Amino acid sequence: MIQRTPLYDSHLAAHGRIVNFADWEMPINYGSQIEEHHAVRQDAGMFDVSHMLSLDLSGGESQAFLRHLLANDVAKLTVPGKALYSCLLQEDGGVIDDLIVYFFTPTHYRIVVNAGTAEKDLGWMQLQAADYAVSLKPRRDLAMIAVQGPQARERFWTAFPASRAASAALVPFQAAEWNDWLIARTGYTGEDGFEIAVPATAAASVWEKLVAAGIRPCGLGARDTLRLEAGMNLYGQDMDETQNPLESGLTWTVDFKDASRDFIGKRALAELRERSALRVFLGLVLLDKGVLRAHQKVVTAQGAGEITSGSFSPTLNQSIALARLPGGVAPGDLVEVAVRDKLLRAKVVKPSFVRHGKSLI
Amino acid sequence: MNIPADLKYTQSHEWVKQEADGTVTIGITDHAQEALGDIVFLELPEPGLMVKVGEECAVVESVKAASDIYAPLAGEVVARNEEAIGAPESVNQNAYAAWLFRMKPANPADLSLLLDAAAYEKVAAE
Repeated sequence: MIQRTPLYDSHLAAHGRIVNFADWEMPINYGSQIEEHHAVRQDAGMFDVSHMLSLDLSGGESQAFLRHLLANDVAKLTVPGKALYSCLLQEDGGVIDDLIVYFFTPTHYRIVVNAGTAEKDLGWMQLQAADYAVSLKPRRDLAMIAVQGPQARERFWTAFPASRAASAALVPFQAAEWNDWLIARTGYTGEDGFEIAVPATAAASVWEKLVAAGIRPCGLGARDTLRLEAGMNLYGQDMDETQNPLESGLTWTVDFKDASRDFIGKRALAELRERSALRVFLGLVLLDKGVLRAHQKVVTAQGAGEITSGSFSPTLNQSIALARLPGGVAPGDLVEVAVRDKLLRAKVVKPSFVRHGKSLI
Repeated sequence: MNIPADLKYTQSHEWVKQEADGTVTIGITDHAQEALGDIVFLELPEPGLMVKVGEECAVVESVKAASDIYAPLAGEVVARNEEAIGAPESVNQNAYAAWLFRMKPANPADLSLLLDAAAYEKVAAE
């Protein structure tokens, strides 16, 4: 069933070009994707991310449940509002989804999952929750807006001055409740900013006030090039159930430190780590003219690899990609990418191309 | 929709203009550039290339996707727009000014087989 967010009419009014994304009618752009991209890198832009699903987890065993459910360890979260990025894994280590979990108290967390996987995630979580004293509540009554860019927070406070006291002290990856809103200093662009969750009924008026404060509406197109420049994975493209986090650039999110913690997928990943031939997940910068795209073959001295995400980088003005490559390939290597009938030259880099408006390559 | 009446069109959203010297100039329509979004790369055929009708002979890449361009007629490529290669965004700015390549048709009468503006308008509306 095709769904619409509470901001659908706002997108139409702003001449958003609507596409079907994971069965949601979402704006891909409002004119120029590249201009929207630059607005986020240079000033402030915002995205409707209401298609993503918030889940409230509560109950006496919430922490124990999440320590079993997630590959990252929520025991690290001790400051109220602090957030953690984690994969949700199958027993075999395949990635069911990636998500952000916010800690309020050891008996109350919020989890935000991707739109396309929301139903699958909820079913999996409910199955795993059977042995724990917890309850999971989907929050489709919320809308979410990501306000991103070097001026994002200032412009947000211009629109909502009363929220400044509650949100000014937030460090990156921390959230605070303000009235019935959640204001989180998180994002998916490599820039500073907030992601806010507000009641769906208030969404359109919040959006309007943010526009009036000079924040530019941006579509999913710009969201994709921004996250790619930031070297952030996209679920379903860079990893899925057939791939594990260790070969998807997500080793840093799998926490083996507490030997007594048994999380789903741990055994499979521990076995995988013992193998020598793990593939590496790195960035590519195209040296020749053209555009790298997902599924193109990469030819390296160590064998063949594959691009998982590729596009044109508006900030760098050249094409970049994320790729899964044979073990032994390292940043600095020169490789070739099969683009139609040609082999184009590309350089291997660490998979983070742009942060805070600056090139890292 | 911007569909000039003096041009011919294809089902695959190319426009074709008959020049006084017997050659034809080819580009993509305004509707096509809008659907593609920001164009960032053009791969255009070398002059001298012989193409069959419907043959893939150029690629227009936007941030979003790569799109093949098909030869609207059989014939020989005689020129390509080097300025547009250097400034792919010019196709977004004016799709009818930023032409892609020019051909000498093998059979100039084939031009009459292409769509007129009214017929293309129906294609673009689909």
